Amino acid sequence: MIRVQEDDFDFGKELARLTTGRTDVGGVATFLGFVRGHGQTNSAPLVSMTLEHYPGMSEGQLAAMESEARDRWPLCDLLIIHRFGDLKPGDKIVMVATFAKHRVAAFESCQFLVDKLKTRVPFWKLEKTKNNSTWVMPHTSDTAAAMHWDSNV
Amino acid sequence: MKILYFAWVKARIGQAEEEVVIPPGVTDVTRLIRYLCTRTPGHAAALADLSMIQAAINREHVSFDHPINPTDEVAFFPPITGG
Repeated sequence: MIRVQEDDFDFGKELARLTTGRTDVGGVATFLGFVRGHGQTNSAPLVSMTLEHYPGMSEGQLAAMESEARDRWPLCDLLIIHRFGDLKPGDKIVMVATFAKHRVAAFESCQFLVDKLKTRVPFWKLEKTKNNSTWVMPHTSDTAAAMHWDSNV
Repeated sequence: MKILYFAWVKARIGQAEEEVVIPPGVTDVTRLIRYLCTRTPGHAAALADLSMIQAAINREHVSFDHPINPTDEVAFFPPITGG
């Protein structure tokens, strides 16, 4: 399941909702992404971070990634939540959770989804300090991390 | 053709989307960018450095040699920084 939303989410409740009452899941791997207090582009502390996205394409790319992950690993379930809008330092940005019988599928698919998400799902971060607004630049290591999955099965 | 812009590409062009009638001969993304650069100085500034621009057609990532059709939804944006 994928969700793109402005609202905050409760990751404990999300995990409980997807694990309660089922006995096929042996392990869950989760990644949570947060807004840091100091951004990439300014030495001054962040006041806020605005996440812009391309409605429709974001959901489409996340859905395609979900299909790829389910084809590649034996997953019981999968959850990606990505927020957009104005966020503050400490706020949650993204949650990825993968549910599997065994840990390897859960760990690997979770990292795959986070790595791919960073280069493929159309989101852009605008960091705001007291005096500046600056669009974040991608890390070259993010591109390398995403490409790694194209050459390693 | 519907063209969408995001992040600082949108800021430099000064609009989030526009409807553009494509002249004859503008058959792929590269030619579309060249044409858009002639529209306003903002377009030219936003689309000057192709290494900083990505394109999508109908909500799928495409390379600049991808063909375009009048009914396509084309989007231009900077490298993605989500997650």
